[in-house]
Amino acid sequence: MAKKYELNEVEVWDGNMAAAHALRQADIDIVAAYPITPSTPIVQNYSKFLADGYVDGEFIMVESEHSAMSGCVAASAAGVRAATATSSQGFALMVEVLYQASGMRLPIVLTVVNRALAAPLNVNGDHSDMYLGRDAGWINLCSYNPQEAYDLTLMAFRIGEDLNVRLPVMVHQDGFICSHTAQNVRPLQDEEAREFVGEFKPVNSMLDVANPVTHGVQTEEDWHFEHKARQHNDLMNSMKTINEVFAEFKDRTGREYTPVYTYKMDDADVAIFALGTTVESARIAADQMRQKGIKAGVVSLRVLRPFPFKEVQEVLSNVKAVATLDRSAPGGTFGMLFNEISAALLAGGKKPVVLNYIYGLGGRDTTINMLKEVYEDLDKCAKAGEAVVPLQQFLGLRGPKLSFY
Amino acid sequence: MLEIRWHSRAGQGAVTGAKGLADVVANTGKYVQAFAFYGSAKRGAAMTAYNRVDEQPILNHEKFMRPDYVLVIDPGLTYTADITANEKENTKYIITTHLSKEELIKSQPKLEGKEVYVVDCMQISLDTIGRAIPNAPMLGALMKVSGMFDLDYFKGAMKKVLSKFPQKIIDANMAAIERAYNEVH
Repeated sequence: MAKKYELNEVEVWDGNMAAAHALRQADIDIVAAYPITPSTPIVQNYSKFLADGYVDGEFIMVESEHSAMSGCVAASAAGVRAATATSSQGFALMVEVLYQASGMRLPIVLTVVNRALAAPLNVNGDHSDMYLGRDAGWINLCSYNPQEAYDLTLMAFRIGEDLNVRLPVMVHQDGFICSHTAQNVRPLQDEEAREFVGEFKPVNSMLDVANPVTHGVQTEEDWHFEHKARQHNDLMNSMKTINEVFAEFKDRTGREYTPVYTYKMDDADVAIFALGTTVESARIAADQMRQKGIKAGVVSLRVLRPFPFKEVQEVLSNVKAVATLDRSAPGGTFGMLFNEISAALLAGGKKPVVLNYIYGLGGRDTTINMLKEVYEDLDKCAKAGEAVVPLQQFLGLRGPKLSFY
Repeated sequence: MLEIRWHSRAGQGAVTGAKGLADVVANTGKYVQAFAFYGSAKRGAAMTAYNRVDEQPILNHEKFMRPDYVLVIDPGLTYTADITANEKENTKYIITTHLSKEELIKSQPKLEGKEVYVVDCMQISLDTIGRAIPNAPMLGALMKVSGMFDLDYFKGAMKKVLSKFPQKIIDANMAAIERAYNEVH
């Protein structure tokens, strides 16, 4: 039996420590990991907890991230709880196995500390890795601070392992800005957390030798399409379970999570739509704009996948202009948020001005003043009733301004 | 919102100091943030660490800061780092040096006219802890200059933060904090 870890009502933890404690409390059977900056401390803290007797499971140090996720796939298929952590290049190396995990319907939890992708090599935070894996068939949950990284990591196990879901779950947090920033965190005590997460329920366990099964089989045109369609169907429908788990978590802790996060959107004319820590900074900018008489709000996706299509339509139904802020190099088109938000709006019959800002790549600081400039642009467009600034701009870029369309 | 910027060399304990301060302040019911600029800095490289303290949850994640206090824990950085960057009119400077305040300002004229306090955290940490880890004494100096907590309360709170260390190390840190508290001027 693992030792109980003495926790204060309020701890000062960075996002990595918060995620590590959530993993410790989740009674994971197998963590297979290969540490990489900036998620290294998750793995390091977890292995220390294990060495000190606070974890009952096994920790497998592997030789690459591809093997880390492969180890988790094997453990999960064998019928036990498995999780790991990664970032950036490590995440990229995992991608092949991410698709295996979701296709095999294995409820693995992956804590992703978001970091830029090389080249040029950069260890700081942006959302390139999140965007790389967003269509891998995993549920994607997004946090904005260490408390949320902790909460969502605990909830990830409940969501993925639900018998109506059985899909792997990623929990994202911003590299350094969240992962290495210590803030107040109110953890659950070990027994409460353990009770909330519950026992792992094996499904088609390979270790159940009385009922032999095969995982990861080959299906050609006869069955592949049906498998992928069913996988998509269950991912789309997982929103029901996500909402149930969010509701139960709120009952226990008072902390409320919703698939779409909103701040002052009830009467907003203009909105910033962003992911990660920028969401909270944008709240400060929105409040300052409201003092100047501009009705500003903030929207974010707490659940990136499954994409909360209807909720996004609803929350943006009355805005005049919205700025989508993508923290990933768009590679020859608009940013992901611009494309997905525009599609949701158009399908809902709405045509507010939608702008796209590429920002914060490789950890470039995103200041309150920059976010206020975005609101100023939006205000101009809202008043004009059309885009009076370029549709795609680069925020905080040094040198000559870069914009398209 | 109270904002603090630390100037340090990687390995001198600025991050630990910033986190220790955050721990003590969070115990009083306030909200805190402690972070640093890392990059791929190696031991000895100039770096900065930061604290924010507020009565409300801290939502600001920008790295940009106009500090209320600038804490310089390596003497050389007074001359090689931009310690007055983004200062306010009333930014207070607590600087590690073996020089007198007058000598220091003469040697670094951009500190002229500013509220400057000096304390020799290097010598204090060598004398008390036995190593050049100037973070604990700087916290003692900050307590004196800011009046954030009285010395006994702060020492008590830091003992809890350091509780996983051997008693000898805790005692040495307490001595460093107290000496810097009394010597900063």
